[in-house]
Amino acid sequence: MRAIIAWILLLPSALLAAETGEKLFQTHCAPCHGPKGEGGRGANLAVRKLPRAPDDAALAAIIATGIPGTQMPATRMTAEESAQLVRFVRSLGKSQSAAVPGDRANGEKLFWSKGNCGQCHTVGARGGHIGPDLTDVGARRGPAYLRTSILQPEADIPENFASYRKLIYMPDNYLRVHAVTQDGKEITGERVDEDTFTIQIRDDQDHLFSFRKDELRELRKDWGKSPMPSYQGVFSAQELQDVIAWLASLQGAL
Amino acid sequence: MKPIRILCACATMLCGHALWAQVPYERILNAASEPGSWLTYSGNYQGYRYSALKQIDRTNVSRLKLAWIYQTNDLNQFETTPLVADGVMYISEPPSHAAALDLRTGRPLWMFRRIVPSDVRACCGQVNRGLAILNNTLYLATLDAHLLALDAKTGHLLWDTVVADYKTGYSITVAPLALDDKIIVGMAGGEYGVRGFLDAYDAKTGKRAWRFWTVPGPGEAGHETWAGDSWKQGSATTWVTGVYDPTLHLIYWGTGNPGPDYDGDVRRGDDLYADSVVALDAATGKLKWHFQFTPHDTHDWDSTQTPILIDANFRGSPRKLVVVANRNGFLYVLDRQSGEFLTGKPFAKETWAKELDDHGRPVLMPDMDPKPEGLVAYPGVHGGTNWFSQSYSPDTHLMYVAMREEGTTFYRATAQYTVGNIYTAGGIHGLPGVEPSGAIEALDPSTAEKKWEFPLHSPPWAGVLSTAGGLVFGGANEGNIFALDATSGKPLWDFQAGAPVQGNPISYQFEGKQYIALTAGRALLVFGME
Repeated sequence: MRAIIAWILLLPSALLAAETGEKLFQTHCAPCHGPKGEGGRGANLAVRKLPRAPDDAALAAIIATGIPGTQMPATRMTAEESAQLVRFVRSLGKSQSAAVPGDRANGEKLFWSKGNCGQCHTVGARGGHIGPDLTDVGARRGPAYLRTSILQPEADIPENFASYRKLIYMPDNYLRVHAVTQDGKEITGERVDEDTFTIQIRDDQDHLFSFRKDELRELRKDWGKSPMPSYQGVFSAQELQDVIAWLASLQGAL
Repeated sequence: MKPIRILCACATMLCGHALWAQVPYERILNAASEPGSWLTYSGNYQGYRYSALKQIDRTNVSRLKLAWIYQTNDLNQFETTPLVADGVMYISEPPSHAAALDLRTGRPLWMFRRIVPSDVRACCGQVNRGLAILNNTLYLATLDAHLLALDAKTGHLLWDTVVADYKTGYSITVAPLALDDKIIVGMAGGEYGVRGFLDAYDAKTGKRAWRFWTVPGPGEAGHETWAGDSWKQGSATTWVTGVYDPTLHLIYWGTGNPGPDYDGDVRRGDDLYADSVVALDAATGKLKWHFQFTPHDTHDWDSTQTPILIDANFRGSPRKLVVVANRNGFLYVLDRQSGEFLTGKPFAKETWAKELDDHGRPVLMPDMDPKPEGLVAYPGVHGGTNWFSQSYSPDTHLMYVAMREEGTTFYRATAQYTVGNIYTAGGIHGLPGVEPSGAIEALDPSTAEKKWEFPLHSPPWAGVLSTAGGLVFGGANEGNIFALDATSGKPLWDFQAGAPVQGNPISYQFEGKQYIALTAGRALLVFGME
């Protein structure tokens, strides 16, 4: 009897909490993780197990501090709000979305052969370093985002979410730069690191350069540019689906 | 005064070093006459953060080398401003420790360890920004809101006074300010619904001499600027060291944001004396005047930046000025006798105010309060500048400011206050795809005009020091410690410290040589000429 009364008394506040959790999710999380947590620029959260958050405390810690080296920012909220948001995120996994359709094995084959994606991208121990590492891309990006990235590589260049991270130590974005040395040598490639006085660049042939900025005549930053070609017309519709299915299955070491 | 200085000089010559500090008030008052020491947080009572030493100058700074490093044992940011007196350096360490270091080697002479309770709340890191010294006593304010007196010779605890109950959200990170017989100490906790104050304690006994509430209570002037009971959680904290005019006997201290940070609806009105500078009688703590920079702030733009007291010509006549570059993006020039607004201009990107009116009040852009769905504003939550030091050089007559350019999306929510818990009523996010930046700027304090700027890769968290060698020293998040030409802004020297620089530089002289000291990561780095 006591239990039933307690349950009745708790019910409205429990419902209210669920509502608040969803509201917080739509404000802070949905822009990247999708309105139902299905993933997008951010990871698919509608899974039974979140690889980086085995328990609620770990999930609350990720919300509070973000994930360094990724686009996941820190979000400040009260302990109560955080608990409500954690409960809501956990509830997303109860209606787990179906696996991405497509022939994964064929997708993997196409990635390394016809697509020649490994020239620039790493998966596990294999591939190049020019583009972003894709070893755990399936844990970080939703399938719709992956499709857009393959067809329109410049639609969303991995970018910086530097706010409320006091320690901006290395850039976490992907930036094409073009440098001209005082003696006229030109280097185009990816910025590896930069500070006020120096810049480190990896060129498209995988050579590493380190300059003091006063050694450069010109330093251009090509915001929004990518060296990756569009794969529109390269893959058939089915092939594209197979590649996406394989990429979505890449969960990394975690 | 004179006998003391002669005694110090002789003893230093005879003993080599480590006389142990005897720092009477007169030495701090006349800090300009002994540039080899660093006796108070900003180097002098006027807040200059300037060194009259000129051994290291434009022509030789490129040869500056690391002399020694001291490292803490704590992962929190190391933000102390060291004090240097009579051959010994005195530092605080996170969270609330202190140490005396041998200037010849960097080796500790004593270490004081304070256990901080595990349930202390600090919004932004368990940090401490430095000590105060008076006679042979050091003053350390702790994260759990106590003020401690330590024997400068041994680190032995002399007394321990409770400033506030940390369980209600109070904490202290500020370096205290020592006057003739009083220790002035501020507090933090502006994200936890506290009511702000500034305190003075008897330097000998630790007994409180006065308290100035930065949020006026019922019946006091300014109380009407808070709706209902909102004043009780009004914040207006005092977490960065202020300055002192010994002639006017006034203390000038900046105050923090009103609470809750982002939801202004619960505290309709100007919310005095949040985001202000208050001028207080040093003997009594009575308010002489106030100037509010950001009335009814909803963007967490604390005005705790250390103000600078400058005597300069303003529009042709000599004026006693107080000048400060504020977190809200504007540089302000006020008369420090009356608080009258003289001039002000943006020194950082700002999108919230059209201009300042004739009284210095911002003419607001429409609709710039945080919204549930988010609102983008510049400066962002961390401001056009933040807690770290600004500097004034009496040689160049310029002010130097580490400027931040970083926008924020501000979210408003409603929050219920509960004792000791975070009470911000909203949140913040960065702007995707925008790489924030910063600069060291030189500003003319009599016109608020910018003279030069040196761009930084990201928005800084470190202060600046200017020197009679014609240099400005500063630091960057990516680990660069650097020297600029104070006249042109041209970079002359830089050093990679390997961790973000988040402190304020100082300079001192030891055994005839000038040194520069600054923290980065967990290290205090000391530089000198070979």
